[in-house]
Amino acid sequence: MSLTRRHFLVLLPAAAVAWDSIIAGTPEAAPNYKMTEHWWGMLIDVTKCIGCGTCVQACQAENNVPDGYFRTWVERYHVTDWSIENPTVDSPDGGKHGFPPATQESGKYFYVPKMCNHCADSPCTQVCPVGATFVSPDGVVLVDQKYCLGCRYCIQACPYGCRFLNPETNTASKCTLCYHRITKGLTTACCETCPTGTRQLVDLKNPNDPVHKFIETHSVQVLKPHLATQAKAFYYGLDGSVR
Amino acid sequence: MANFKDAGHLFRMAAVFAVGIILFLVARSLFVPRTFGQYGHYRSAALAEIAAKPVMFAGHGACESCHTDVFEVKSKGVHAHVACESCHGPLGKHADDPTSLQPPRVDVAVLCVRCHEANLAKPKSFPQVVSADHSGGVACDTCHNPHSPKIDSGATQ
Amino acid sequence: MNGIPVEGFMYPNEIELQWSVLIVLYPFLTGLVAGAFILASLERVFRVEAVKPTYRLALLTALAFLLVAPLPLQLHLGHPERSLEMYLTPHTSSAMAMFGFVYLWYLMAVLVLEVWLDYRHDIVVLSQTTTGWKRWIYKAMTLGSTNVSPGALALDHKAGWIITIIGIPSAFLLHGYVGFIFGSVKANPWWSSPLMPVVFLFSAMVSGIAIVMLVYMFLCRARGEAIDMRCVDTVAKYLFYAFLIDSTLELLDLIHRIYESDESFRSLDFMVHTKLYFPHIVIQILLGTLGPIVLLAITQVLRLTETRRKVIYASAGCLTLVGIFAMRWNVVIGGQLFSKSFLGYTTYKMGFVAREGLLVAIVLTILPFVILWGLIKLLPPWEDIRGSHLATSFGDD
Repeated sequence: MSLTRRHFLVLLPAAAVAWDSIIAGTPEAAPNYKMTEHWWGMLIDVTKCIGCGTCVQACQAENNVPDGYFRTWVERYHVTDWSIENPTVDSPDGGKHGFPPATQESGKYFYVPKMCNHCADSPCTQVCPVGATFVSPDGVVLVDQKYCLGCRYCIQACPYGCRFLNPETNTASKCTLCYHRITKGLTTACCETCPTGTRQLVDLKNPNDPVHKFIETHSVQVLKPHLATQAKAFYYGLDGSVR
Repeated sequence: MANFKDAGHLFRMAAVFAVGIILFLVARSLFVPRTFGQYGHYRSAALAEIAAKPVMFAGHGACESCHTDVFEVKSKGVHAHVACESCHGPLGKHADDPTSLQPPRVDVAVLCVRCHEANLAKPKSFPQVVSADHSGGVACDTCHNPHSPKIDSGATQ
Repeated sequence: MNGIPVEGFMYPNEIELQWSVLIVLYPFLTGLVAGAFILASLERVFRVEAVKPTYRLALLTALAFLLVAPLPLQLHLGHPERSLEMYLTPHTSSAMAMFGFVYLWYLMAVLVLEVWLDYRHDIVVLSQTTTGWKRWIYKAMTLGSTNVSPGALALDHKAGWIITIIGIPSAFLLHGYVGFIFGSVKANPWWSSPLMPVVFLFSAMVSGIAIVMLVYMFLCRARGEAIDMRCVDTVAKYLFYAFLIDSTLELLDLIHRIYESDESFRSLDFMVHTKLYFPHIVIQILLGTLGPIVLLAITQVLRLTETRRKVIYASAGCLTLVGIFAMRWNVVIGGQLFSKSFLGYTTYKMGFVAREGLLVAIVLTILPFVILWGLIKLLPPWEDIRGSHLATSFGDD
């Protein structure tokens, strides 16, 4: 029995790496974390999302997000075949507690998780007057809470609505891609707790990252490509009606 | 051309401006944070500050290293890829020191329906039931083992 | 959230407006500055001699409003104590950061210098003749130099002329930049437009000319002086021309939007017809643009009595100010009422006694007039108090 357990413990890290839904990194990477070796993004598989809202709750718990504000949220779309430009969308409390029953028999429904797209050419960091928000060397758009003035220009400049002013700190706030987790070899809180594998962290500088390989071999989309923000939140199975 | 002796006041005004500029430059050297500009137009110390925030979710790897029995059952069932903390909530504190925090009992009645309550909007292939009709008020874990919920999986009655 | 009524769908973080009435007030105040200065430069550089009675008043008005302009911004910031960062580590890609320097340049290198140079003779005289605590203020303003010889005054005149020349593009930059702060935001189709800086600038000129005209007429009345009709007739004429250009630009923007009808159009169009109907159609367009244009056109086409003209100018001026304020409101607030998903609308809940509420906005609108009153007392713009200053002509430079 004990031999089997020890065997298990040895196989554990290998098993962990084999999972589709976590990053190809090991906890030991934490002290050796080099920013220039990573370029972070996320893959969101819309076909798998069930709108349970676990990711929204997990993000709030991990990052102390105040009620009524969202670092991530889930939208539900209802599209009939002729209304690709006029979908009906709802997101009750950001989808945090799931969604009420859908009522329309016709048309298609699907859920779309949203978050900061960690744009490589981000319009929000461009407009910050003081350099309080920036793209880190490893591709994460962050806000320096000690430097932000709270002018809200970045919130206006974000095309995706992912920023808000935190009423407790009076500074701009948004998804940090759980920077405090990914730099320790963990995955983000939303990816960790997503029960269906909808959300997966990806390291675009790691050729062995299975998620990276997926992005390279399948059709993926980004939100609002015409704005050329070089968004790094890739969507698989994104319908044309999604705003 | 004007005489310099008549331009005295203009030189004084220029001096006022010069003093202002000097004060500004002094303020810059005093107040701009040391690490500003190291990697880009921002305070590079912010990176370490953000990375030092406390971790709330331990990650399933941490759970599995101790709870090997559960892992053995779960890894064979349909919930194999559902992380422990997806249902049990953030347990980073428990993983660091198991005696410091006793994980709260999961409220099965609320938890299971979060994913499995039938909704037209959910993907058709996803297992979902109308809970009121399905169990007639009986708790989900009466028949289903949450770690391997399929009825004939061997782990469940 | 927060009980804010939403129609349709808004991204959850968009529901609460970010920029309040104070951010509406800010471009309104800086616009008055730019416009008042352009009016002043009409006399100084373009030698429109008729408007000379308003010259000094226009400068003081510009200064009063420019001093108040940063206040709505400070009250809006989450951390006003960090605002110095904008000067210490300005992000050169940010229009807001660079505007901080444009503002500083305009305040110090243009306005303060020009006021000082134009008033210097009076300041020196007043520093020697005034008694009491005011004497010290004048003494400080002389910078210790009492040289008012013809040579020194000639230098002042020349320097002032150069500064006005620099000041005109600076005034354009001052308010054009504010327009660019909005016009460069590609995320917001109500704002994003190359026309935005130009529209802001011309509406600034319109409002600035109107306010100087109104202040001048009011002060003449208050002092029991006759209004120089040749002056106000000319000012009103320039107001009319500026209005024609301004409304042409706004009409061009409207036609372009309707014709191209891009993905944002339906949502914006609906917003203008519903949520923005009163501030946009009624106040900005009908009362604030068509109204003054028609009134001023009447004075250009018909020969009216002096009294009738004064009434029309005063009404047109007031309507102009209301209309230009509405224009700022429609840009700032309107730009936040619709969702960037183009699927919904939110509501602006303006507080009254709140830090960014209506009461604060009203106080900040009155404050420049209080400061202007102080400046007029300190640096009187009227002919009769001056010595031999402008009576001596220095000829062409």
